[in-house]
Amino acid sequence: MKRAHRYDVIVVGAGGAGLMAARYAAQNPNVSVAVISKLYPTRSHTGAAQGGVGAALGNITEDRPEWHAFDTIKGGDYLTDQDVAEAFAYEVIDAVYELEHMGLPFSRTPDGRIAQRKFGGHTREFGKSAVERACYAADRTGHMILQTLYQQSIKDNVTFFNEFHVLDIVIVDGECRGVVAFELATGELHTFHAKSTVIASGGNGRMFKVTSNAHALTGDLMSVVYRRGIPIEDPEFYQFHPTGLYRIGVLLTEGARGEGGILRNGSGERFMERYAPTIKDLAPRDMVSRAMYFEIRDGNGVGPDKDYIHLDLTHIDREIIESRLPDITEFARIYLGVDPVTEPVPVQPTAHYAMGGIPTNIDTEVIRDGNDTVVPGLYAAGEVACASLHGANRLGTNSLGDLIVFGRRAGVNAARFAAASPYGELPKTVQDYTHELLQRLRHGLGKEKVAHIRKELQTTMMDHASVFRTQETLSRQVEILRELKERYQSVGVEDGGQQYNTELMEAVELGFLLDNAEQLVHGALNRTESRGAHSREDYKERDDDSWLKHTLIYREGDGVRIDFKPVTLGKYEPKPRVY
Amino acid sequence: MQITVKIKRFDPEKDKRSRWTEYRLEANPMDRVLDVLNEIKWEQDGSLSYRRSCAHGICGSDAMLINGVNRLACKVLIKDLGNDIAIEPIRGLPVEKDLIVDMESFFDSYEAVLPYFINDDPVPAGERLQSPEEREIFDASTKCILCACCTTSCPVFWVNGRYLGPAAIVNAHRFIFDSRDRGTDQRLEVLNQPNGLWRCRTAYNCTEACPRDIPVTKAIEDVKRVLLWRTS
Ligand SMILES: Cc1cc2nc3c(=O)[nH]c(=O)nc-3n(C[C@H](O)[C@H](O)[C@H](O)COP(=O)(O)OP(=O)(O)OC[C@H]3O[C@@H](n4cnc5c(N)ncnc54)[C@H](O)[C@@H]3O)c2cc1C
Ligand code: FES
Repeated sequence: MKRAHRYDVIVVGAGGAGLMAARYAAQNPNVSVAVISKLYPTRSHTGAAQGGVGAALGNITEDRPEWHAFDTIKGGDYLTDQDVAEAFAYEVIDAVYELEHMGLPFSRTPDGRIAQRKFGGHTREFGKSAVERACYAADRTGHMILQTLYQQSIKDNVTFFNEFHVLDIVIVDGECRGVVAFELATGELHTFHAKSTVIASGGNGRMFKVTSNAHALTGDLMSVVYRRGIPIEDPEFYQFHPTGLYRIGVLLTEGARGEGGILRNGSGERFMERYAPTIKDLAPRDMVSRAMYFEIRDGNGVGPDKDYIHLDLTHIDREIIESRLPDITEFARIYLGVDPVTEPVPVQPTAHYAMGGIPTNIDTEVIRDGNDTVVPGLYAAGEVACASLHGANRLGTNSLGDLIVFGRRAGVNAARFAAASPYGELPKTVQDYTHELLQRLRHGLGKEKVAHIRKELQTTMMDHASVFRTQETLSRQVEILRELKERYQSVGVEDGGQQYNTELMEAVELGFLLDNAEQLVHGALNRTESRGAHSREDYKERDDDSWLKHTLIYREGDGVRIDFKPVTLGKYEPKPRVY
Repeated sequence: MQITVKIKRFDPEKDKRSRWTEYRLEANPMDRVLDVLNEIKWEQDGSLSYRRSCAHGICGSDAMLINGVNRLACKVLIKDLGNDIAIEPIRGLPVEKDLIVDMESFFDSYEAVLPYFINDDPVPAGERLQSPEEREIFDASTKCILCACCTTSCPVFWVNGRYLGPAAIVNAHRFIFDSRDRGTDQRLEVLNQPNGLWRCRTAYNCTEACPRDIPVTKAIEDVKRVLLWRTS
């Protein structure tokens, strides 16, 4: 076979989760490891994370991992699997120290320790008061994590296949035997034969019009595995961050409100006083985003179209803004021409984070059903995976922690499995599916443009399936998606070339996005309750009797099949989520 | 506003050498150059090729020569450029297709300076200590996103592609000035080679080109001083 490669462990994705997995897999001397990434590793979106990584180091005030575990479970509106949250809260402490030992330049306390600050939902003694748990490196913590891990991978001599897009996964007899990837530079297909495959391909925020996510975050592998019979867990839980820059969605960290920033509507009112009288603008992300949406919907927005909200920092000292929020100050100045020191900044909720994803057990092994049946040789970690640590709503700073804890577990476990297993045989036809997929797009009718379908997808998802959902909006979106998928069949690609055919890849990615949207919308339509980030106007309450369970969405024929998986409970009884 | 965008294009499967192509379109003054490129790709010519991901100046994908200056396409707005915009690939690296260049030699130079933490002492149970003042010294050089704006704006690099270049030296600086690191001697050895540090002619192009406001030339001077001090 041409362009065939063989590695014991293949890691798909070179963000925080993928690099951590590769590092740990490579520490097992008995296995060979390679990383495949559609971007150069340092272009991964982990680099965009600003706020910090949560770990109960207790460098400022006393803190304990059990408090962190509790906050995570409560923040997830009790859909979090409690064993996962407990393991996480302990291991993340170690993992953060390890990053420091790799040289990560954390900001420092006066006595030279890792600096920590407060963040939404992180408390001491099970909710008594806010605690400094977010370990940070100025306001570019994700950038430093990504750089540090990439630096280590150079030191460790990790093998990379950069600008290779994984477009299919090889599942034979229920086990994973590798992946098929498209090399952007040449247009050629490659087969990667592996004993273990770790998926760490990040999020899918590009299905929405306004998002903090990079262009590359198109949920590729959530679609690839779905097409191969593996379900997606809890896709309806999608987090909208309250403060994205108007129209473009670039994120302004929660820290802006932490420093005293206030949200105001069109008449200048501090409307959060009406929605969350006690903690006001610092209510959890899902609550604030909903309040902003209601204000806009009720005609109380700002601007000529009354379609945004103001984030007002003008009462805060210039010095504080410029020293503690330098990056976001620059974003507002550059992209909106607004100086936060003297003018309020136009913001709107921005699509941010997928709580759901490829289902795994606590050991990052991918599972295929509600009985926790493992797919041998397949692992997932990071935003693409659902362990489920974040339940119905992720707390700020818990994703970066997730990457390093579960990225590490994935690397260790994938290597151990590979070291003990033979290579399974690959079918001769392994590239056929991908080859046909690309041929279809290359020679499509061209009646439809990728950009037009994508734009409609993003706009309608924003209107019908974002912060505010009802039976009616979701059913409409099901119809719209059906129609968009139909139209997608007749898209065409103008670029007939082989080398760097970025147009062809955009077309493939649109197909992936459509699948991701389908998963989300069906999950949301089916779940007749409100929990965490999933908010149904027609079912406003959380309903533990019927819905304290995870969704599993399978592709079946032209449609979907929905199944469920129990939530792993533990010490903490589900209670109403009040702050 | 109506704008005219001239793009230097090259299709390796069709062209012997690069050619300028002109596009006219409506743009919003607040649009990023990246938005305009997307508009052209999505509506006028699907084959136009460039790299991009984050769209807000943090991933380092889209360094280009825009109206004669190295910039990130996602971090410069149309209103700051006017109605006539010319876009070319960054200089000094082989063009693969349109605005996409081969970054391999750039990353090779980066890797040459051992851009990773070196310290073989046994690790403590918690963190290694470092004062805020010690941390501050190398703060600026930790901001680098490896976009290559600096290196490909350097006249020395244009004529000698083997010169390590400012980006690699900034990343050496990041570790040399980190109080926890022990790899300075090894790095200085690399930097002291013929295509290393001493090629720098302090043209300051790099400092002006850096989209992260890293004082690149100053960082290079700092490293030169360490090297002089060590070897004298
Ligand atoms: C603006 C912003 C700020 C944030 N701030 C914080 C914060 O302060 N704290 C926190 O905890 N979390 C934060 N988050 C969330 C967190 O940063 C992300 O969830 C996390 O970085 C995702 O990491 P990852 O490794 O899973 O994926 P990514 O870093 O997105 O990497 C995905 C990788 O997969 C590769 N890939 C994707 N598809 C394919 C394919 N088909 N073939 C091959 N390779 C592929 C890509 O090339 C890339 O290397 C923030 C998110 C954003 C957007
Ligand atoms: S697209 Fe990431 S820096 Fe411009």
